[in-house]
Amino acid sequence: MTRPTLTQSTGPAATRILGLGGVRGERVVTNDEIAGPIDSSDEWIRQRTGIVTRRRSGPDTDVVDLAEAAARAAIADAGLAPSDVDAVILATTTYFHQTPSAAALLADRLGALPAAAYDVSAACAGYTYAIGQADALVRAGAAQHVLVIGAEKMSDFVDPTDRSISFLLGDGAGAAVVGASDTPGIGPTVWGSAGQGHLIRQTASWKEAFEQGTAWPTLRQEGASVFKWAVWQMAPVAEKAMAAAGVTPEDIDAFIPHQANMRIIDQMVKQLRLPETVVVGRDIADTGNTSAASIPLAAERLRREGQVGSGALALQIGFGAGLVYAAQVVVLP
Amino acid sequence: MAYSEQEILAGLAEIVSEETGLPTDSVSPEKSFTDDLDIDSLSMMTIVTLAEEKFSVRIPDDEVKNLTTVGDAVAYIVGAQS
Repeated sequence: MTRPTLTQSTGPAATRILGLGGVRGERVVTNDEIAGPIDSSDEWIRQRTGIVTRRRSGPDTDVVDLAEAAARAAIADAGLAPSDVDAVILATTTYFHQTPSAAALLADRLGALPAAAYDVSAACAGYTYAIGQADALVRAGAAQHVLVIGAEKMSDFVDPTDRSISFLLGDGAGAAVVGASDTPGIGPTVWGSAGQGHLIRQTASWKEAFEQGTAWPTLRQEGASVFKWAVWQMAPVAEKAMAAAGVTPEDIDAFIPHQANMRIIDQMVKQLRLPETVVVGRDIADTGNTSAASIPLAAERLRREGQVGSGALALQIGFGAGLVYAAQVVVLP
Repeated sequence: MAYSEQEILAGLAEIVSEETGLPTDSVSPEKSFTDDLDIDSLSMMTIVTLAEEKFSVRIPDDEVKNLTTVGDAVAYIVGAQS
């Protein structure tokens, strides 16, 4: 008896982002409000980070709530219904359950069942990791409409007395729907990891905190080393993503890096020698660093404010704790 | 080819001037990066990275905090070349 030859899935040749949506924490948190416990000032924080305010959510809001609002907006923007979504990928580091995943809860809440659903843990690169996965899933025929969300409630993960990273952080969620396209709309994802896990880390594991009765774990970073890595190691990654997509800096309409720190963004723009005509996502000034949510939030804002139009070519790059990174050139919806 | 101490000081002064806008002649060996030249940790990393490229040396991140003055940085780069 001969075994049958298996059928493997195949999908469309090209994909694009069909819709975008975003939501920010409802409360505007000024530098003055958080400067006291870190013995700092509005001027110092602006100078070091470019952040004027950050947006944070109240105690009754969690990552799934933020993700739901962004997801509904993105699905509507794509002209679809939740039932059209057949895979949900949620990138987050601030959903405080090991299981079930935030994505599985979200799929149910949206009315997207029986969509496949899972979370991605890639810190501030979570959104660009997930866009890379969504593109691959659609082109492989594993899904038709993939909902990608970067959602974070970073304010649950901060220490008010920490001078390394906490004062940068904000809450929000950004979402995109990826599906088939007549023309290529998502360039190859250039991604990887770089070791040096200690540069951005959690103060203790949840198990250690529970067993040893230490304080609620929060984030820390070696800011100067992260700055150096982000600028001088990530600019070449962004260049590779452009080359892989077959475009040059002159072809790019918008540069949307992870909103880590305005100083990183400014120095990356310099290293990449982007023409002055390139619009740069600088949502961090008002929203703060929202980790996995920061790129889609910056993208939806550029579009909402009319700084870029539909069809614009955007170079996006996420980088963060791991260290991990991912970049791709995309056509904005 | 190794750079002389004078060449390193002059090159470093150009990098600091580019980053801070200060005139190159204000970047002398006894000046403290933080206290005299008002250079913060991120600007310091930019200066260090540009100096690494210019002089083909490696300055580990952990070493940067020990470079208090311009003279410390020049001496470190001189030593790192050999």
